[in-house]
Amino acid sequence: MKARRLELVAPVLVGVAFLIGWEAVVRINGIPPYILPGPLLVAETLWRDGPSLLGSLLVTLRITAAALLAAIVLGGAIAVLFAQSRLLEISLFPYAVILQVTPIVSIAPLIIIWVNDTFLALLVCAWIVAFFPVVANTTLGLNSADRNLADLFRLYGASRWQTLRHLRLPAALPYFLAGVRISGGLALIGAVVAEFVAGTGGSETGLAYRILEAGYRLQIPRLFAALLLLSAAGIAIFAALSWLTQRLIGHWHESALPREE
Amino acid sequence: MTRAGTAPIIALEGVAKTFRTGTEALAGIDLAVESGAFLSLLGPSGCGKSTLLRIIAGLVAPSAGRLWRGEGELAGRISFVFQEATLMPWATVAENVFLPLRLAGARRAAVASRVAETLASLGLAGFENAYPRALSGGMRMRVSIARAFVTEPLLLLLDEPFAALDEITRFKLNEDLLRLWQAHRCTVIFVTHSVFESVFLSNRIVVMTPRPGRIAADLPIDLPYPRDEALRTAPSYVEQCRAVSAALSEAMR
Repeated sequence: MKARRLELVAPVLVGVAFLIGWEAVVRINGIPPYILPGPLLVAETLWRDGPSLLGSLLVTLRITAAALLAAIVLGGAIAVLFAQSRLLEISLFPYAVILQVTPIVSIAPLIIIWVNDTFLALLVCAWIVAFFPVVANTTLGLNSADRNLADLFRLYGASRWQTLRHLRLPAALPYFLAGVRISGGLALIGAVVAEFVAGTGGSETGLAYRILEAGYRLQIPRLFAALLLLSAAGIAIFAALSWLTQRLIGHWHESALPREE
Repeated sequence: MTRAGTAPIIALEGVAKTFRTGTEALAGIDLAVESGAFLSLLGPSGCGKSTLLRIIAGLVAPSAGRLWRGEGELAGRISFVFQEATLMPWATVAENVFLPLRLAGARRAAVASRVAETLASLGLAGFENAYPRALSGGMRMRVSIARAFVTEPLLLLLDEPFAALDEITRFKLNEDLLRLWQAHRCTVIFVTHSVFESVFLSNRIVVMTPRPGRIAADLPIDLPYPRDEALRTAPSYVEQCRAVSAALSEAMR
């Protein structure tokens, strides 16, 4: 119990000390807010501009959620397809890798030209960033089913579908969920990067554009406030996906076992 | 009481196995197993006895020789127990035991009582909804054996199932296995490297040589069933163990 409390208190103390130090440095050196605003000013700006920024956050989150959903559905489907045929996997996997390692910043302009609908263009960009961990992890998981269990399925004359449904998919679930947790963060990053490149103004403006805009206008406190919201969103996504993982595999998987002290 | 009938349930003729790596695991195995036998394959680690068991199960193809099984009749009536319990960690005890029946197309409700009876016969009543990780090694092995018996197999293959368990648990499981074998009247082929275990369980012991595995001796064990704890200190048991030990030493030479 004591260790648990320490786990909570220690990082909070570090955070508070950091904020106090930051505020002190800004005040003592008289740093102007357009270079570095103090945390108090950022908090004040967040309070004041919150409502307008929140609308933009919602736009970014919509793209993130859609991209993550597409990554889960399509990534999972691609992995299952790979698992059906080794030939398919070795033929297509390198292209998934190529798509993954090509910096999204460099292909985003093309996608934005090709895809007319802005939302869809941003979605495609975010999806490209997010889908790979799901594909790679789920493929690994589907191929990691216990060999002896697989033999047992063979002995009992299990069909391909039965083996997939009752052996390979459950065995892949922890891997899949680990992939989804990584993809959640990447989907947000992908959405932000795509918004930066697209630079869409107007009514349907994401948080990334608000950051650019604030930068151009030297509204640095507002920039920090937007950044803060973005981090909070990332943390919330990670926490939500961790909770989901615990709910889905907590009752059986080793990773979810409480550690003996 | 002799249980061994005359008709063989499986027969091997000149079976050999060489792996792709060039390792020669088995050579010239001729073996006929009569229906109802409790046969132990006894030999040191790496003598190919596990490979032989997998060939009999149809999980591994022999490189040479012929395997005859009472096909048709045996289809879906072979069970296999591994050295590890090999359970699905995401499934409860009852779901793990239900698995072979599910794969055969049975509905859960239709076989619920059969699953429950099998669990009860292995002392697992009350653990239906437990997950494998909550069980001890011995209990997990009980689930594994329950899964093997739930299909009412004609041929039960066990690959050193108790090697990783402590002696107290192993002795108890030995007796339970004998009891189930007698109740189900199936044929058992049991792989082990323990002389004492093989003598306690079997009515026939096939001793194998180190790699490549060949049959060195084929010994009947004439001890009456049912066998229980008292047998472990009986002079007749010790006598048989001595004979089998001698055969094993001979095979190792």
